[in-house]
Amino acid sequence: LASWVAVVGLEIHAQISSNSKLFSGSQVQFAAPPNSLVSFFDASLPGTLPVLNRRCVEAAVMTGLALNCSINKKSLFDRKHYFYADLPAGYQITQQRVPIAVNGSLSYSLCIDNKMSQMVTKTVRIKQIQLEQDSGKSLHDDTRSQTLVDLNRAGVGLMEVVMEPDMCCGEEAAAAVRELQLILQTLGSSQAVMAEGQLRVDANVSVHHPGDPYGVRTEVKNINSIRFLAKAVDYEIQRQIEELENGGTILNETRAFDSRLGCTVPMRDKEGKQDYRFMPEPNLPPLILYDAKSLPANMNHQQVVNIDLIRERLPDLPSVKRAKLVEQYKILPEHSFTLLNEEGLTEFFENVVKQTQMKSRKVIGWILNDLLSYLKQHSLTVKESPVSSFLLADLLNLLEKKEISAAAAKQVLAELWKGEGKTPLEIVKEKKLELIQDQKELEQICQMVIDGHENEVIMMVLG
Amino acid sequence: GCLEKGMRLQVSAALKEGQVTPTQLCQRCLALIRSTKFLNAYITVAEESALKQAEESEKRYRRGQPLGVLDGIPISVKDNFNTTGIETTCASNMLKGYISPYNATVVQKLLDQGAVLLGKTNLDEFAMGSGSTDGVFGPVRNPWSYSRQYKEKSVSKSLSEDEESNWVITGGSSGGSAAAVSSFTCFAALGSDTGGSTRNPAAHCGVVGLKPTYGLISRHGLIPLVNSMDVPGILTRCVDDAAVVLGSVAGHDPKDSTTIQDNFKPFELPDLTDVSKLSIGIPKEYHAPGLSSEILALWSNAADLFKNAGAKVIEVSLPHTRYSIVCYHVLCTAEVASNMARFDGLEYGHRSDMNESTESMYAATRREGFNDVVRGRILSGNYFLLKQNYENYFIKAQKVRRLIASDFVKVFRSGVDILLTPTTLSDAVPYMEFIKEDNRTRSTQDDILTQAANMAGLPAINVPTALSERGLPIGLQFIGRSFQEKQLLTVAKWFEKQVKFPMIQLEEVKRLDHGVFQHQKSASFS
Repeated sequence: LASWVAVVGLEIHAQISSNSKLFSGSQVQFAAPPNSLVSFFDASLPGTLPVLNRRCVEAAVMTGLALNCSINKKSLFDRKHYFYADLPAGYQITQQRVPIAVNGSLSYSLCIDNKMSQMVTKTVRIKQIQLEQDSGKSLHDDTRSQTLVDLNRAGVGLMEVVMEPDMCCGEEAAAAVRELQLILQTLGSSQAVMAEGQLRVDANVSVHHPGDPYGVRTEVKNINSIRFLAKAVDYEIQRQIEELENGGTILNETRAFDSRLGCTVPMRDKEGKQDYRFMPEPNLPPLILYDAKSLPANMNHQQVVNIDLIRERLPDLPSVKRAKLVEQYKILPEHSFTLLNEEGLTEFFENVVKQTQMKSRKVIGWILNDLLSYLKQHSLTVKESPVSSFLLADLLNLLEKKEISAAAAKQVLAELWKGEGKTPLEIVKEKKLELIQDQKELEQICQMVIDGHENEVIMMVLG
Repeated sequence: GCLEKGMRLQVSAALKEGQVTPTQLCQRCLALIRSTKFLNAYITVAEESALKQAEESEKRYRRGQPLGVLDGIPISVKDNFNTTGIETTCASNMLKGYISPYNATVVQKLLDQGAVLLGKTNLDEFAMGSGSTDGVFGPVRNPWSYSRQYKEKSVSKSLSEDEESNWVITGGSSGGSAAAVSSFTCFAALGSDTGGSTRNPAAHCGVVGLKPTYGLISRHGLIPLVNSMDVPGILTRCVDDAAVVLGSVAGHDPKDSTTIQDNFKPFELPDLTDVSKLSIGIPKEYHAPGLSSEILALWSNAADLFKNAGAKVIEVSLPHTRYSIVCYHVLCTAEVASNMARFDGLEYGHRSDMNESTESMYAATRREGFNDVVRGRILSGNYFLLKQNYENYFIKAQKVRRLIASDFVKVFRSGVDILLTPTTLSDAVPYMEFIKEDNRTRSTQDDILTQAANMAGLPAINVPTALSERGLPIGLQFIGRSFQEKQLLTVAKWFEKQVKFPMIQLEEVKRLDHGVFQHQKSASFS
């Protein structure tokens, strides 16, 4: 049987973190009472016009720069038409002709063979980033045969990030999305929490034999977590391979991921191919961005988005942060990944290091092996840890000063998890875990042991 | 010749001096609206709120603190502008009973100046049409149908002919506003202009109709027909008044991203005496097929008028004029199809009882809510926007539009200041004759002289010039450079002074004629 190559591309919608929506002043807020955050424009009242939100533009530029894109100094807005209950105007304002950013790349890392010890870096090309409106939400109430429409989300700003089909499996897709998520969160351009719908991922999957042209692709939607993304992609790859090996064909269709069953199912056919009748948005002039060179001297800086200024203000991206951690604390690259992957863990680690004499490359072991595994076992976040960085540092100091052994330290830690408010020193004293430093005392104990085990001693002396 | 200095009364001055009160003025207008109801110029008359506004204005005058020239002046607004508390219907079943929660920016600006909003005027449904005959509230009748001037001329016709069947159209689509100003029920009215919808009815009703430069006046709250061509239009009885209204409503609006940022300074029009430095262009393509010999002669006389006064008058060419109709058709219907997509019955407006599914509800709502004209344009527009057609129709039309706009740029760059053209092909036709052709045919014919200005975004104005052989108004159009409204209006004002267009002789107006009511008949309020 010839081998198969899978090709995976991603369309990611990230909700922009901003106070108000992309084209209107209504608020952006998760889980507000239905239809309480709807401006006249969001409700498509006749005669209302879009006004571009500056913060959303800056978020898109930031993201584009972080993803090594070319920022288009002139980009355009378009209308994409279709009828649906959650789209009040009958069209979505998007950027189809000329998006705000193009031709970037994202580097992400994978562990080979599931071991954290070997990491490999991969790159996926970013085709483009475009600004567009989010739709409202519609809920189908079948018992009462009605559809309920909530427009709170209608008009919220989205960045659509299109990743080229450079990935080959679920793991790669998941790692790429995870890295994107971290970048967005670091920039603050999106909170990117998938569970709150701030990051939505659709996967485009196809398979082919090496050397052959790409196969027919399907689009997989309804993926609600990074874990499910990997599952959905891998399932779909398998499904396509099996289908083709059985002599079947792949339809260019949209499928939904069913997380309960762990499979993809065809979505209801929307009357074949949609023609969105794209048309330029006549109410928005072209979006012009400037840099230091092109900025006219007399222009009001409030009215203008300066790409260079945004670039200067970019925070350290995750990859840079990781490199700095490795350098500063002499930890391994894979350690840095884990630190960044867990919210608050880097800060915790750095705080412990600050408060202890133990070398950072020894501290990391305690953080990743002991602290983290405990938190995972009990489904706690770093913030919720009953052991503070102060307490852990305290404990590690005792170890460093050789007042207790490593084994004893683990025992103390186990006690500390109980969160009873005792200090490490108090627990040590309580459980008599002190390391005995006195030579004479040690000799006495040893003698006692030898005296109490005559037979064993004779056996040992005889060899 | 009612524009002689002696007869010209200044209502604003009269209000200031207490010769007439805002309440009196308002009541007169309301009474006149009632007695001219047969014109069907108004869809909604907001009597209560108007009187309240008049009362407030009166208080201000008593305190000696009027807000400005417009304080207490009765105005009306075309029913495609959003107004709080007053229905906004667009003369469509789709929006019957719709009360908007916000005022259009231009409406708000006028109200902030103390203007008294009498009501919303009639139009073609969703501003689609050139007759003001295709709205759900019925057609608007041209007040000149009932003028002595027209009746005198129609004596030659068969005496058995009913006055009823003889009435002529206002033109459109802002026919209600034009009729309202023409019949003295208000001093100024807002219309809209996408392909000539303010200038066309202005010409037929013998009033001044100004189409401003695109981007000068906010469209926020104007229910759009073609977003890239629509402008709010101003209808008044004289050019000075148009300048005053323009000054109150023009300027950047942060709510409308297509308005220019530059500061707009309201201006007063100088009394031009010397036109020798003016260069007037006569575009030969505007001698269009179907142009009546009467209007052709009038246009020629007007050119001579300028020449004899010392202006330079030259023939120019706008070679792409003949493509403007088809180009307009494609771009207009495409935008219409897009703009009308929001009318689904879900959030506002008419919603069908059909509720088997969302789709069937949408389809039934739109079938019930829109008339044939609207639906026809939506279907055409969607056709042009289909992926396979987009390049050949929409993109092509965009390119032709640029060519049309360049024609004007070239001409203005060559030293021409203002263009002089006819506004309409003929005087107003009787309704019975007008409806013999369908809306699309009529629009195609009637828009030819006006819509190139919309394509190019240029300012243009209709100035009533003379009466036709049938006793009906004929107007001529001036087209100016972008954002040069001051120059355009100055020239228009000079021309207006030369031609001394006669005042309409209406029975209803005469009946209410007494001392105080002189103000009503005054051509101007400023």
